[in-house]
Amino acid sequence: MGQTFAEKILGSKAGKRVAPGEIVEVCPDIAMSHDNTAAIAKTFKEIGVERIHDPDRHVIILDHCVPAANEKFAQNHKDIRAFVQEQGISNFFDIERGICHQVLPEEGFALPGTLIVGSDSHTTTYGAFGSLATGIGRSEMAVIFATGKIWLRVPETMKVVVNGVLPKGLTSKDVMLKLIGDYSVDGGLYKSVWFTGPVIDEMSVASRMVLTNMAVEFGAKNGYMEPDDKTLAFLQNRSRRPFRVVRSDADAGIDQVIEMNVNSLEPQVACPHTVDNVKPVSAVAGTKIDQVFFGSCTNGRLEDFEIVAGVLRGRKVHPSIRMIIIPASQQAFVQALEKGYIQTLAAAGAVIVNSGCGPCMGNHEGVPAPGERVLSTSNRNFKGRFGCKDAEVYLCSPLTAAVSALTGVITDFRKAGAF
Amino acid sequence: MSIISGKIWKYGDDVNTDVIFPGKYTYTVTDPKEMARIAMEDLDPNFAAQVRPGDVIVAGKNFGCGSSREQAAFCLKYAGVGAVVARSFSRLYFRNCINAGLPVITLPHSPDLFKAGDVIEIHLAEGYLSCSAGRFEFPPLPDAVIGIFNDGGLIPHTRKVLGLER
Repeated sequence: MGQTFAEKILGSKAGKRVAPGEIVEVCPDIAMSHDNTAAIAKTFKEIGVERIHDPDRHVIILDHCVPAANEKFAQNHKDIRAFVQEQGISNFFDIERGICHQVLPEEGFALPGTLIVGSDSHTTTYGAFGSLATGIGRSEMAVIFATGKIWLRVPETMKVVVNGVLPKGLTSKDVMLKLIGDYSVDGGLYKSVWFTGPVIDEMSVASRMVLTNMAVEFGAKNGYMEPDDKTLAFLQNRSRRPFRVVRSDADAGIDQVIEMNVNSLEPQVACPHTVDNVKPVSAVAGTKIDQVFFGSCTNGRLEDFEIVAGVLRGRKVHPSIRMIIIPASQQAFVQALEKGYIQTLAAAGAVIVNSGCGPCMGNHEGVPAPGERVLSTSNRNFKGRFGCKDAEVYLCSPLTAAVSALTGVITDFRKAGAF
Repeated sequence: MSIISGKIWKYGDDVNTDVIFPGKYTYTVTDPKEMARIAMEDLDPNFAAQVRPGDVIVAGKNFGCGSSREQAAFCLKYAGVGAVVARSFSRLYFRNCINAGLPVITLPHSPDLFKAGDVIEIHLAEGYLSCSAGRFEFPPLPDAVIGIFNDGGLIPHTRKVLGLER
């Protein structure tokens, strides 16, 4: 029998043929950490090792609370800068660069056939470039600092085949919410989820990143697509190292196959307080909202700005709505500026904030008040996620968010005429 | 440490890391005592004040889903929780518990069998737990990771492997 993508990558790292369920000790190609690097550095020092095993393996990106919201966050950043300098880590990106899951690919570190770990659950994003990418804990990252190694279980593989043609205005976000809604937040538990099929082939690289970003909301260890010409075009003039595309063998062991057809897919909304509490927009249309958040590592890229600016051009955000916009990276910010999207959004009355995680984990820049509802293009709607346990978070696509920002209620863009 | 004994705290499916340890505290609350005080804050406001050493969390499927934040494992350990028993765990949470040295037990039975507040005894080495609902056996941790757990977590284990024991 042939081997899966995950078996090949982990097997090559372990230096032997491996099977699902096996636990192997491996050296990741890239290890990413963010604002949690200060805590990791502290744990690293507790181990008693003086120098990082391989500084070039590490990429550190500040994004979780940038610029620092208060003294504690500021001290955290200061400690990280000192550590980076002390250990000679050259792949360091300070507060001006953007969200780690956007910056790491932009900087050419997310490469096909590589093993990437990150002390952040949405590390799965990099699977859109054909890497095996998964989240790990802080202590584990500290041990990678010390030894370069981590234990990983070889995952079973689930194949998600997305068939049909997406109706106008529907996006990868709607596809992912539908998948999670139908199969629940543990539908892909422990698995390596391979997204494939004609709808995936049609998608841009940025749209594919939505699926892999949210693979963790599906319980997956990693999500990935096989690289194609679009992937390789993205990596051209960007990739930091030579790479080798890895694909599953035709006769590899696939644990489960899910076939989806999106021909009649409706816009999807994940309702409070779980990502699988998904309803078609028609079931929640009319729900009053107080804040729209357009941004995050899920949906804050240039193609998302094009959609949102297209809706808001020449219009005004509803007076009862606060619209917060955060580009996924500084690059996306500059591109959106060059295209005139930022001017359009500012003129519409949106608040545009520098690139970073913003309110997505409740640190700053748009924390809701008790009793308020947020409609968000991000990836999590857990109770308290936006920093207030008595607020509600709904998740949707950038188009649904933009149209709803104009009406003040969750809105089905297909019924909103001019949109 | 081989017998864990305390009372049951019962929760449902898909308990996520944000309700165990809210994201807004991940960079501001670092002291173990403070971490214990906010454990489960957004799920069960009574938990932190009333939990006693050795108490056991019994929950449904996909416990600890969401973030990679290991404070969600450590805060329960610091609060005195003896073990977490669930139908399944998110992979990150499972790892974080092993790395924190907090026993995680996967038990396929419904948490509905268990009664909140009931006394439970877990015999880790023997691989069974008992309470008024009966005696339930569970498989041991995989061989490859049991060493980490037995050494008290990933950091003490790494020190031992590297010969840097204190």
